[in-house]
Amino acid sequence: MSDAVPAVSGRDTLIRYLRDAGGVGILALAIFVPFIGLRLHGHMNGLALGYRPKLLAIGVVLAVLARVLVLIWQDRRVHQGRAAWRAARIASAGKYVTPLLLGFAVLLPLVPGIANFYIDLGVLVMTYVMLGWGLNIVVGLAGLLDLGYVAFYAVGAYSFALLAHYYHFTFWECLPLSGLFAALWGVCLGFPVLRLRGDYLAIVTLAFGEIIRLVITNWISLTGGPNGIYNIPHPTFFGLNFNLGGGAGTFSGFFGIDPDPKQLTTYLYYIIFFLALLTNWVTLRLRRLPMGRAWEALREDEIACRSLGINVRNTKLTAFAIGAMFGGFAGCFFATRQNFISPDSFTFIESATVLAIVVLGGAGSQLGVALAAVVMIGIPALLQDLSIYRMLFFGLALVIMMVVRPRGFVSTRTPSIALGRRKLISSELISEGHG
Amino acid sequence: MSTMLSLSGVTAFYGQIQALRGIDLTVEKGEIVTLIGANGAGKSTLMMTICGNPRARTGSIIYQGEDITQCAMHDIARKRIAHAPEGRRIFPRMSVEENLLMGAQVVKFADYDKQLALMFDLFPRLKERINQRGGTLSGGEQQMLAIARALMSKPDLLMLDEPSLGLAPLVVKQIFGAIRQLNRELGLTVLLVEQNAYQALRLAHRGYVLVNGAITMQGGGAELLARPEIKAAYLEGGH
Ligand SMILES: Nc1ncnc2c1ncn2[C@@H]1O[C@H](COP(=O)(O)OP(=O)(O)OP(=O)(O)O)[C@@H](O)[C@H]1O
Ligand SMILES: [Mg+2]
Repeated sequence: MSDAVPAVSGRDTLIRYLRDAGGVGILALAIFVPFIGLRLHGHMNGLALGYRPKLLAIGVVLAVLARVLVLIWQDRRVHQGRAAWRAARIASAGKYVTPLLLGFAVLLPLVPGIANFYIDLGVLVMTYVMLGWGLNIVVGLAGLLDLGYVAFYAVGAYSFALLAHYYHFTFWECLPLSGLFAALWGVCLGFPVLRLRGDYLAIVTLAFGEIIRLVITNWISLTGGPNGIYNIPHPTFFGLNFNLGGGAGTFSGFFGIDPDPKQLTTYLYYIIFFLALLTNWVTLRLRRLPMGRAWEALREDEIACRSLGINVRNTKLTAFAIGAMFGGFAGCFFATRQNFISPDSFTFIESATVLAIVVLGGAGSQLGVALAAVVMIGIPALLQDLSIYRMLFFGLALVIMMVVRPRGFVSTRTPSIALGRRKLISSELISEGHG
Repeated sequence: MSTMLSLSGVTAFYGQIQALRGIDLTVEKGEIVTLIGANGAGKSTLMMTICGNPRARTGSIIYQGEDITQCAMHDIARKRIAHAPEGRRIFPRMSVEENLLMGAQVVKFADYDKQLALMFDLFPRLKERINQRGGTLSGGEQQMLAIARALMSKPDLLMLDEPSLGLAPLVVKQIFGAIRQLNRELGLTVLLVEQNAYQALRLAHRGYVLVNGAITMQGGGAELLARPEIKAAYLEGGH
């Protein structure tokens, strides 16, 4: 790809723009006439056809303008040279977006007067960020296509729910246990699929997710079946609960403030924020250790891995186990946040959503996955009021995505080692924090 | 001289198909031994069988006095047998240095820098491209990387499967020069599979000819080169 672009005169460019934008205008007209230009009104006796020429004109003009902007933007991109453009974009993105996002995430619940709804939405998005990062270990790093990730989420959630229900365990006691159980199930899934790859692996993991859900649904004596489990305790803050009644032993009572549901939401928010950061930190660390490197090498070429002395079986199992462990943590958190869980929360659509987040984010990229979770979960929830337009925005986002970043938001991969900078990496890692 | 590797009566199968029919082969320490044969003769299979995949069904493989016939693949690699499989198989999305690092699985971290410096001596091209992604290297550079990656483990025995595949004559010369240098200076033992029989036999101390999964001829490199059957079957139009 050469950076040299043959000089094009201004007149040629103008003609090209006019021709291109004119074509788009005609196309827009053809599409918009039935969709926008005509309108059926309910009438006393039947339907009447109405016309909306003004709205139609606005739509067409907008389409033409958008096309011109795209053309200008594309020309600029070609001019700078694609590679240089991309490198510059990624570098600046990494430099500014990460701390900005991180700062935003830390401060969100502290914004004075912020509605509980937004903090709660933050909790939801952060849960998916964590799930995305967890699945990213399996799919993005180790290259094992897992369509049943929700199974581990369910194992984590039910581990806590059952232990709390039958033995009155608390959230903080169950959190490590949930991760452990999920990791064990990860190994259980890993063994039978060691020899599978690609499509076949995808099918078996998909089935695994369904099996777990069906077992939970049908083992009514233990799990309550489709009725789910109620009254799962919320987490406590050093022994203080968040009951709205106030008084001794509650958070508000201890600190002498008015009880407010926001206190619990904020607390939950910081818990999941911390868990997500932990996931990210562990992933970044592991990428620089032999285990994580072996995952990546496995994704690239299994035969080469074998001939280099990598134990492929253990490598796959650890990827499944560690990915599953974070799914289990997230599940445990989900249970404590919801108070109530049922098998309905763990359907295939959850696996698909998390996988979409990973793929959309550019498999293997931490920042990309976080951005994708915001786009996939946060924006649709914010647009709930405009819910009739949700699909429109979603379609638009997908189209833009295909044009602009066909390989995911952040498709470049930073090497986990760079000559002469090896000593620096640890400190760099800390300052990066977020990836 | 003591024996580095010896195979006796080794057979291997892919399902029902027999790919190796009773192979007897030895490689002495410090030797370069080449394996030549037509496409599909079983050269790659022989190397893979030494590495444990497919496993030898009968016969034994003795490496440095130890029977490795039943060892797991990754254990065999840890015994300092380096195998650069057919078709380079570098890690395309990882940088050159990461590729080399993956080759150093079995060496101590202290040795890593020394090995790296050695590789850069051998293939200065790789040093210039240290941060480039493996997949964007040229074919010749990728082959150098594949060899260097295999060498990172400080092997006692290096097995190369068609290192000259698809390379310009000058690059082939460079790579063969590197193999010779490693053999002379470090006493590295090399088992080499080659289509380029002329070059390979000139480089090697000894050679084996494989036909249909069985060894039909063996002898010193120069001796094999001089044989009329070899000339007719593998060298016509070659060089
Ligand atoms: N995975 C496999 N499954 C089934 N048959 C195989 C497999 N790999 C190789 N074979 C068969 O085994 C025989 C030997 O193959 P091998 O790759 O060892 O040949 P080769 O001598 O290396 O050939 P080339 O010079 O073309 O690389 C061939 O007939 C091939 O079709
Ligand atoms: Mg071959």
